[in-house]
Amino acid sequence: MHELAITKSMLDLVLEQAERAGAKEVVKINLVIGEMTGVVEECVQFYFDFLGQGTIAEGAALSFKMVPVTARCQGCGKLFEIKEFDWTCPYCQSNNMEIISGKELFVESIEVE
Amino acid sequence: MEVKVLKDILGANEQIAERNRQLLGSNNVFAVNLMSSPGAGKTSLILATIKRLKGKTKIGVIEGDVSSSLDAEMVGKEGVPVVQINTGGACHLDANMISNALGNMPLQDIELLLIENVGNLICPASFALGEHRKVIISSVPEGDDKPFKYPLMFHIADVVLINKTDLSPYLKFDTEAFSQAIKRINAKIEIFQISCATGQGIQQWVSWLLTQMSFLRGTKRIF
Ligand SMILES: Nc1nc2c(ncn2[C@@H]2O[C@H](COP(=O)(O)OP(=O)(O)O)[C@@H](O)[C@H]2O)c(=O)[nH]1
Ligand SMILES: [Mg+2]
Ligand SMILES: [Zn+2]
Repeated sequence: MHELAITKSMLDLVLEQAERAGAKEVVKINLVIGEMTGVVEECVQFYFDFLGQGTIAEGAALSFKMVPVTARCQGCGKLFEIKEFDWTCPYCQSNNMEIISGKELFVESIEVE
Repeated sequence: MEVKVLKDILGANEQIAERNRQLLGSNNVFAVNLMSSPGAGKTSLILATIKRLKGKTKIGVIEGDVSSSLDAEMVGKEGVPVVQINTGGACHLDANMISNALGNMPLQDIELLLIENVGNLICPASFALGEHRKVIISSVPEGDDKPFKYPLMFHIADVVLINKTDLSPYLKFDTEAFSQAIKRINAKIEIFQISCATGQGIQQWVSWLLTQMSFLRGTKRIF
């Protein structure tokens, strides 16, 4: 749902960076998205196809690197992936954990010509 | 040619949010971002809070809504300054909307700013507004599985209010399991049970609010 605003901000950022690099065309955008953000790839793609029209990023390929939610257990210190939002340490059943990844939402790089 | 970017997509929003926070801080205004599913009780909580603090704390309200201004009208009747934001279809408030709204808010005349976000538990989680505290309102009729469905929201919140406890006798809501689930996602979070209908728990909520506000006064900086 919030993909429209996110895609707009992403496009602004990409165009600014492309301009700074003196690019004539953006051919690829590499995105890193944590699964906790709830951002859906298909929605970003959908809005991008629309918003990108008439810009130097029109038609650029979007690459999504989705980052799983991982946590470090405060009980036993082990790292584990949180699947299906099961917030329990699979090793010691502790509920106390620090989230290590899954909140990312950034542009890693762009490929320009 | 590959150009490294490594920049947060919502970095621009974060910057505006930080400016809002500074503007609020320099006017000694404490701001709270109220988030929930539609109908959980954001407007009811604002009304209950205004009533409880009448004559004690000067309150201003920003009402975010996709299109209507009903909530703003209801709050306006309480005699507090209200600024309505119509998001024009957007499913969340963002820092820029708040920045514009602050221009219409008499900041010198208020101490506490209550912001009613758009009713949903996904999108508002990603957009900082410049608030000092984030509050989630969950309500008994929604069921006790919300933390699992919307982990980011519960991860970033400072407090969760379980509203509509007056309906508990009629509905299945396992408060213990709900609270445990939230604590897993966010060990520091505080949880209060309230009912805007009966007033139960409103005093604890308001005390929490006033304590948090005193931090701003004391330090001029809150996180
Ligand atoms: N039974 C009961 N109903 C409530 C309570 N708080 C709010 N409501 C009702 O729930 C509905 C939605 O409340 P509202 O404050 O408008 O929710 P919002 O959409 O989050 O702003 C209204 O009909 C309220 O009267 C409560 O504590 N108990
Ligand atoms: Mg409302
Ligand atoms: Zn463990």
